[in-house]
Amino acid sequence: MTIQSSRERHSFWHAIAARIDLPIVTAFACIIVLLLVGSLYSENFLSPEYLLQQLKVASFLGVIATGMMLIILLGHIDLSVPWLLTTGAMMASAATAYGTAGAILAIPFGVACGFVMGLISGIGVAYLRIPAMIVTLAMNAIAQGLMVAFTGGASPADSASPAMRYLATGELIFGIPNAVLVWAVVGGVAVFVLSRTGFGRSVYAIGNREGAAYLSGVPTQRILMFAFAISGALAALGGVLLAGYAGKAAQSMGDVYLLPAIASVVLGGTSILGGRGNYLGTVAGVILITLLQSILSVMQIAEFGRQIIYGVVIVAMLLLYGREKFTR
Amino acid sequence: MKDWRYILAEQRGTLLALALFLLMFTIYVTNHPAGFTPNVVTTAANKGVILALVAMAQCFVVLTAGIDLSVGMVFILANCLGSYIIAGSAIEITLGLIGVMAAGAACGALNGLIVIYGRLQPIVTTIATGAIFFGIALWLRPYPGSEPDFAADLADALTGKLFDTVPASLVFLAGVIVVVWIPFRRSLIGRTVYAVGSSDQAAYMSGLPVRLGRFSAFVLSGFLASLGGIFLTFITYSGEASLANGDNYTLFSIASVVLGGVSLYGGRGSAVGAIFGALAFRAIGDLLFVFDLDPLWQPLFQGIVLGLAVTLGAARLFQVRNRLELFN
Repeated sequence: MTIQSSRERHSFWHAIAARIDLPIVTAFACIIVLLLVGSLYSENFLSPEYLLQQLKVASFLGVIATGMMLIILLGHIDLSVPWLLTTGAMMASAATAYGTAGAILAIPFGVACGFVMGLISGIGVAYLRIPAMIVTLAMNAIAQGLMVAFTGGASPADSASPAMRYLATGELIFGIPNAVLVWAVVGGVAVFVLSRTGFGRSVYAIGNREGAAYLSGVPTQRILMFAFAISGALAALGGVLLAGYAGKAAQSMGDVYLLPAIASVVLGGTSILGGRGNYLGTVAGVILITLLQSILSVMQIAEFGRQIIYGVVIVAMLLLYGREKFTR
Repeated sequence: MKDWRYILAEQRGTLLALALFLLMFTIYVTNHPAGFTPNVVTTAANKGVILALVAMAQCFVVLTAGIDLSVGMVFILANCLGSYIIAGSAIEITLGLIGVMAAGAACGALNGLIVIYGRLQPIVTTIATGAIFFGIALWLRPYPGSEPDFAADLADALTGKLFDTVPASLVFLAGVIVVVWIPFRRSLIGRTVYAVGSSDQAAYMSGLPVRLGRFSAFVLSGFLASLGGIFLTFITYSGEASLANGDNYTLFSIASVVLGGVSLYGGRGSAVGAIFGALAFRAIGDLLFVFDLDPLWQPLFQGIVLGLAVTLGAARLFQVRNRLELFN
């Protein structure tokens, strides 16, 4: 009888522990700490306007990190984000120059360019079995080459279409920026797909052990290929939003997004080896990284100090909860 | 003697890289307006040797089945530090050189400690530490520059020609192979690094010093990256904390390592292969200059050639004997 009840209590605590994910809790706790530290420097830090502004800036990274998370869950990595993002931004802006039809099709066209390039990387990873790091690196170089040849190396003259500007800077519902809504939609779809569909289950299965997933009848190659295509499309969508936010595309606008995207996924508790991770964690990671960058600039720390603090914080947080289990 | 077949199979990657380099370099030299003269070779060698040293640095970590995304930043840090302390009298210059090398090794040691005792994945660790190293470099050199009493004589000697024919940098590179690589490869630590790359668990069960091996790989990686940084200082006479340069060298080092037949899955390949991979990579880049292509198309051409070479080198589709092997 006592054994029975103690076992029940035991499983009860296990159920609680299983629900509360240490990385996610830690990440959200760090967000609160960051906000408190920031509020010491400036009164405005806790104001709704500032927080919404931060959320808007975070949503660009959030869209990009969603694609990155999908790839990291599979146990791979996507290094082609910088120039696929730029490709999306430049192609959408370029389409705008072709009259009304161009302006209407600008966003789908930009995203489609990213999708196709991601698909090519996906074929390399899934069917030719080249390490993803290599394929995406090469795809990044090719996308850069295409864009440099296309724009003539200068900053492109085309500017973003009205729809792109509206998506990035407008407000559909009172007070909430559209960019945040875009991230909410992308995130909602990601949560649904990852937790409720066969595709999502397969992604986790492949991340854990692709051989086992293959023997269980999962079409692993097709899923890998489409995952890279989706990641490319999301990077391009991020680029479209950024171009709408800034008014136009720019060379090397994507360079500053690769490391934050990887860092926010990993800080959110997704294993870099694949197979384990939760979208809520990625949300926390994205907000954390954005707030960290914002606070460091509010505190007016020189660029070198920002880089050092940025690196130290990532290592420290990972040491807190991102460690591998000791196995031997 | 059937040993030669085994040796051939083991060295296949290195030999392929050598063949690729010879092919590319022959095309380059035969089309160069000045032809095969010591000056042309020395210029090409100096550029090649920098990348070769960084590729060697990457190779050590890749052999343990890890990846070091901070090599480029250690390289930049060594460049900035070197522009300060490699100056003055002969003794000061010697101490300066030792100081830069020690700093590089310390960076590698930090990576190694975090990976081994912090149990974090090399890829995320080195992304974060790379930011720290770059921050320090930026702190040292916010603007490009150098000391007035910079060791220009030593720099000229090491980047010039021996007996007016042989590039001194190539002799230096050969020296590094003899002094660092060959003793390493034949030592217990070297064998441990290969064993860890093939199978961490098997290496541990065989009683090999797994941690020491992995730690040594990171330290040697930092050390060689600092040698590359010293060489960059010798060629440019100055230090510059350039983020783009650091990122490029990290990415190029991965490409060189793959071109050189070193497996990203660890345990296969050699630093000599990585060196030829780096030289071949540089030769591909230089090809464009001799063919007088529109500079706007250069990045695209380079990306496509690189993509094809790396794809053919790394595709496992052509290497597996059993379909299931593809998935594990």
